[in-house]
Amino acid sequence: MALVLSGVSYRYAGTQKPVLHGIDLRVERGEVVGVAGASDAGKSTLCLVAAGLAPGTVGGTLAGSVEIDSEATTSLKPFELAQRCGMLFQNSVTQLSGTSRSVWEEIAFGPRNLGLPLAEVVERVEAGLAALRIEALASRDPLRVSGGQAQLVALASVLALRPAYLVLDEPTSQLDPEGTQLVGDALAGLAGTAGTGILIVEHKTDLLARLTQRMLVLDDGRVALAGATEAVLADPTLRALGVEPPSLVTIGREAATAGIHLDPADLAMALAPRRA
Amino acid sequence: MIAVTEAGFAFLVRGWTGPLVVLALVLATALVAGVSRRMLPFVLATLPLVLSIMLINTFLFPGAHDPIGTIGPFTATWTGLLAALQATLRVVAFALSVAVFALTTDTDDLLTDLEQRGLGRRAEFVIGAAVRTVPRMIERAGEIVDAQRARGLDTQGGPIRRVRGVLPLAGPMISSSLGEVEERTMALEARAFTAPTRRTAIRHLPDSLGQRVVRWGSFAAVVLVVAATFGGWLSLP
Repeated sequence: MALVLSGVSYRYAGTQKPVLHGIDLRVERGEVVGVAGASDAGKSTLCLVAAGLAPGTVGGTLAGSVEIDSEATTSLKPFELAQRCGMLFQNSVTQLSGTSRSVWEEIAFGPRNLGLPLAEVVERVEAGLAALRIEALASRDPLRVSGGQAQLVALASVLALRPAYLVLDEPTSQLDPEGTQLVGDALAGLAGTAGTGILIVEHKTDLLARLTQRMLVLDDGRVALAGATEAVLADPTLRALGVEPPSLVTIGREAATAGIHLDPADLAMALAPRRA
Repeated sequence: MIAVTEAGFAFLVRGWTGPLVVLALVLATALVAGVSRRMLPFVLATLPLVLSIMLINTFLFPGAHDPIGTIGPFTATWTGLLAALQATLRVVAFALSVAVFALTTDTDDLLTDLEQRGLGRRAEFVIGAAVRTVPRMIERAGEIVDAQRARGLDTQGGPIRRVRGVLPLAGPMISSSLGEVEERTMALEARAFTAPTRRTAIRHLPDSLGQRVVRWGSFAAVVLVVAATFGGWLSLP
């Protein structure tokens, strides 16, 4: 039971150059896998491909295979995909339906589309609001909340569909440290208790260090680094790939330069994922 | 239904009776609903049309030979003036019917009701998105104006200067809106918008026996009166 990309290359319609080249990736149920990389490295495209929206909705040409629990994404209809793999887009405002008059209704949009019984719709919406602690926003107009709040609303809307896998494209880009912590806790809880497999694209490597067990770094559409998160984030080539190392790695290096010895085991423990 | 009935009466019933009865009904409905004061903008919106109806009918009514007076090459006629007044009453009655409808009907309630009556989710989405997007577009235009002004573009002053200042807004407005279309489409698909099931209703609008009687009674009345008028069984002044 996993989200599996095997030898995936992808190019958008009307272009000659592939954006992704030979990507191999596996996200197990209950696992959080991180993706980092410089701008234009292909991270958002990887998200679209993993969620089955490319080539399904976007068009373009896909080589290799993308499977969700052994079923090819290309064989699934969009509404079937939506229930198996949820996708949070980078721009949260365009993810909102634009038709709901309250945040509550916005989160209910997906479950309502599935025709779920009203009691279940209500339960899912309340759970989504509670998971991200945005109950106070329930009656607000979703088009009139702040950027960070819109990001939380969009994430709650995806959670309400209760997919087995989540693909998140920079879910904390507009959030302050407290909001980032909140989202990190919510995702860790989802993976740990609900067994959701999560693929998360993030620039905030401190969050990746805390949340993920494995990660990869993309460079020009190719996997440049992959492996255990602590090893990838400690790789000396990370900055050259456009990724800022997490603060603990930076501190360790600065300390070493100043002749202060920090125990690598302590550093590794500090970088290891902390699960609730 | 009452508003539609009134609009139908205003245009379909010949003579003075139709528009006058409708005007009385519209005003009564507006008073009961407490929206009479908010109807003024709707009346003002009809002024250009009313003005053209008055001028064209009064001065250019074909075959009229009962002059009131002459201005240059144009002669105003009593027949034309009466026809103009009747047409004006119809237009105003129609506009006020629309005003009553707009001022007394919540868009979300309307969409909910239409959806429960079988309106497809695509149609509902298009209407709902349009209604909610217009204020957002106006806000965005304001943001772009501020951004352009901060970069030295003159968006104030006389009409020509303002038009010149506003023209550069069209590009960013249109391109940013179009740019969002693809992402919005993907986002909708990612939220199971194309699922073949019937959407879960989260609001149930009250529809009492009284409301149903008035609604269907109005519909029956307009059908009967129009049929009687056109059939020649009802002679109206």
